Amino acid sequence: MTDRIADIWGERTPHTPQQPWPVRVDTMLDEGVGEAAVSWVPSVCVLCSNGCGCEIAVAGGRMVGIRGRAVDRVNHGRLGPKGLYGWQAANSPDRLTRPLIRRDGVLTESTWDEAMSLITDTSQHLLAESGPLSHGFYSTGQMFIEEYYTLGVIGKAGLGTPHMDGNTRLCTATAAAAFKENFGSDGQPGSYTDLDVTDAIFLYGHNMAETQTVLWARILDRLAAPNPPVLVCVDPRRSNVADAAEVHLPIRPGTNMALLNGLIQQLIELDAVDHDWVAAHTIGYDDLARTAAAYPLDKVADICGVPARDIRRAAEIFTTAPSVMSTVLQGVYQSNQATASACQVNNLHLLRGLIGRPGSGLLQMNGQPTAQNNRETGAGGDLPGFRNWDNPEHIEQLARLWNVDPLKIPHWAESTHAMQIFRYAEQGSIRLLWIVGTNPAVSMPDLARIRRILADERLFVIVQDCFPTETTELADVVLPAAMWGERTGTCTNVDRTVHLSDKAVDPPGQARSDLDIFCDYAQRMDLRDRDGNPLIGWHDPEGAFAAWRECTRGRPCDYTGISYEQLRAGGVQWPCNDAHPDGTERLYTDGVFPTAADECETYGHDLLTGAGVSPQQYALFDPAGRAMLKTAHYQPVDPSSGDYPLVLTTGRTVYHFHTRTKTGRARQLNDAAPGPWVEVNVDDATRLGLAEGDLALVETENGAVRLPVRVARGRPGTVFIPFHYGTWDDPDELPRAANELVDTVWDPVSKQPQFKLAAARITRLGPGAHPTPAPANTASAPAEPEPSLAAAARGPREGGA
Amino acid sequence: MHLATYVGLLHGGEGTLADAYDMIRAGHAEEKEVARTCRLLAAQCREHVSMLAPIVERYGEHRETEPERLHADTLPSTRSGGVGLLRDLQDLLLLATLVDCTWTAVYQAAQALRDHDLIAAVSACQPETKVQLAWLTTQLKAAAPQALLVAK
Ligand code: SF4
Repeated sequence: MTDRIADIWGERTPHTPQQPWPVRVDTMLDEGVGEAAVSWVPSVCVLCSNGCGCEIAVAGGRMVGIRGRAVDRVNHGRLGPKGLYGWQAANSPDRLTRPLIRRDGVLTESTWDEAMSLITDTSQHLLAESGPLSHGFYSTGQMFIEEYYTLGVIGKAGLGTPHMDGNTRLCTATAAAAFKENFGSDGQPGSYTDLDVTDAIFLYGHNMAETQTVLWARILDRLAAPNPPVLVCVDPRRSNVADAAEVHLPIRPGTNMALLNGLIQQLIELDAVDHDWVAAHTIGYDDLARTAAAYPLDKVADICGVPARDIRRAAEIFTTAPSVMSTVLQGVYQSNQATASACQVNNLHLLRGLIGRPGSGLLQMNGQPTAQNNRETGAGGDLPGFRNWDNPEHIEQLARLWNVDPLKIPHWAESTHAMQIFRYAEQGSIRLLWIVGTNPAVSMPDLARIRRILADERLFVIVQDCFPTETTELADVVLPAAMWGERTGTCTNVDRTVHLSDKAVDPPGQARSDLDIFCDYAQRMDLRDRDGNPLIGWHDPEGAFAAWRECTRGRPCDYTGISYEQLRAGGVQWPCNDAHPDGTERLYTDGVFPTAADECETYGHDLLTGAGVSPQQYALFDPAGRAMLKTAHYQPVDPSSGDYPLVLTTGRTVYHFHTRTKTGRARQLNDAAPGPWVEVNVDDATRLGLAEGDLALVETENGAVRLPVRVARGRPGTVFIPFHYGTWDDPDELPRAANELVDTVWDPVSKQPQFKLAAARITRLGPGAHPTPAPANTASAPAEPEPSLAAAARGPREGGA
Repeated sequence: MHLATYVGLLHGGEGTLADAYDMIRAGHAEEKEVARTCRLLAAQCREHVSMLAPIVERYGEHRETEPERLHADTLPSTRSGGVGLLRDLQDLLLLATLVDCTWTAVYQAAQALRDHDLIAAVSACQPETKVQLAWLTTQLKAAAPQALLVAK
């Protein structure tokens, strides 16, 4: 294998729209291990939302390697750097192997019985004293369906608390919210295969080259062959995507909504609306057109800070390409007016009827590998099977399925979102917080506040994870969990492909699967249904999956036709049922959407304020299968002010995932990007007297971090910090986590926090001790590749401190 | 003719509501979503005030003939804690409801009078007031159980 740290996307295998994407099997094995000596266990990579089918190599009861699955529809054998190297974390010596209980302020080893007894005693006591509203669950985008669903049933039908959410709130809540607002229900319309044949690809705030490397390789293979798609990239950074794009719009952070309203205005002006389709399949066109009319080209260019001719060119590409794919990620979801903006991307497609056909559709992306399942199963802020909390019939269905009183299921309002769960904990009304598979002490906004909340003695904190993290450090009880490859379960990627990940090896020490832990809790709490039978009637993954399948019957995400056996042969796209036994490639091929009042997952919201639409109001305009063209005006934000003249955005780097709990423990990935940095535009750097490698102080109203400087190619006036880096392996113990700097602000509809819009300032502290640890082959590439040129660009230093 | 009085009531009511949103924003700064949306809605109310200005000018604000209590009272101050927020949201709801039904009354009269400018102003503003009511109700519904059952 070539060095896939240097060669991120691997060798090109070009293909035209007429040819299938060629197979290329990527393999990595421990040194000295031969292919003949291993057995292969089917699985799926869980280090991003792409969901590449893979097989885990096992020898002597240990994971010793990995390879992509040639037959898998998602990756045709390929794996990216994280997939190839990340699995090694499982063998890391610092796994959590025994439960820990805080005694006299110190986490000390205990038995499972002690730990679970302490949890259930506390839980019972709080239920007796204050009822289920005292309990909160903050889970992840990295468990399996079986685990999520079990947790969802425990919380919603066993305890009856609405305070359940996942860190999916930080990564993918807006994708779900936008689908619900436009199409009535969550569910990705498009398919990855659309990228193989499309004529144009619009990437909004989506640095696919780093976030889903194998998907980007799929596009690179098109770009390397005749009849490539035209790319349009909206991103303030000069990413690899921007380098490959015909049009790059490095818009001012926070102005997505102005740009998108402007593109809609252009589309109308260029007379590209498919009026027949719009009349037959949508409602709301007049409002949309009226709003868009307020966004003429020059005004939008002015707001967004990009040339009008580039916006015009992007609009021309969108209006003339026979087929178009749009993808959206955190540059939209974690910025100003997240849901409203994501909805406008959907609207653009609806206006031309570019949905549900080969090469035309949407990929509202997810961040984490199994984020989709948190959205589907009810472990987080939604009811299982995309059911509508405000629809009594949907609640009845769940009550029948679980055999509980409908009132047991909290449905008086939307589930409590993560930011509000932490607020209730801060105020002392949530007193038990169970954190599963996530690290809020690094990933949440305003870390000083999060640490304060978690450390508060009034709050009983349970943390379930595979490794010690910044969050386990603040726990009252730590439960050691099995990792990927150590337990069996299913998960679903961005394009609705369901995979099975089989157990390959045993977990280390006393670590247990999340499913076992939840089942144990349910049993110890003696959670029962209306007839006195155990509420959780299953004990293993396949039993949990069977229960989940029943829960999805007749819903948009219908899993009833999927079996473990079928999945062992490769991924399948839901819905998969009697009518579609092999799954479904695209949704909405007939232009009919799940918006009927009795079917939809929500009655929707006002995009500006998040005000809910009541069932009665919805009934008045029941779209009955038509999509909804929802709109809003751009709300100006100008985060930068006199004292903080720069705008800080945060994001990922290609070699890491989440808070590096796993990727930081894989040698090659860690070495490729061992520490954080701050990217400063080359002109800003000159002005501020900052040079490559300098140590700088970055400050916002929320906090300060000290980081080495990368003089980079981003938009002037913006700085960028990767969010992965906490303190667990920090050799210098400088404050360095990006989220020390980010304020607690969220989107009014999706409730996704706004990580990409903080007012900041930066001052030089002095020369750095080491070269800046930022990758040079990605969006973090230096503005001046030659070190001598970088030195020449240094300029006078008076402006610095 | 009492329409002028009602246009004046509306004009004053939108201004009072704007001030009330500002007060709640400042008093509940830690409730991030409430604070942020209150800022937005205060601006929206002030926009309504300026849209009404030419109409008020045209009719004149016959404040001297106002029946007693025909004006919107400002909130005295904000309260603290979960229950305090709930009560403050209720006060906002009452104020916004007064503004909303005043729009309705004015709209009825505007139609009978065939006053196109006034009809246009109502059509532009009242839907936003309705969204404000929906937003306040959404917040109230979400906050009530925690505030009434478990808040400290
Ligand atoms: S693209 Fe994502 S799923 Fe595929 S190998 Fe890389 S990290 Fe894993």
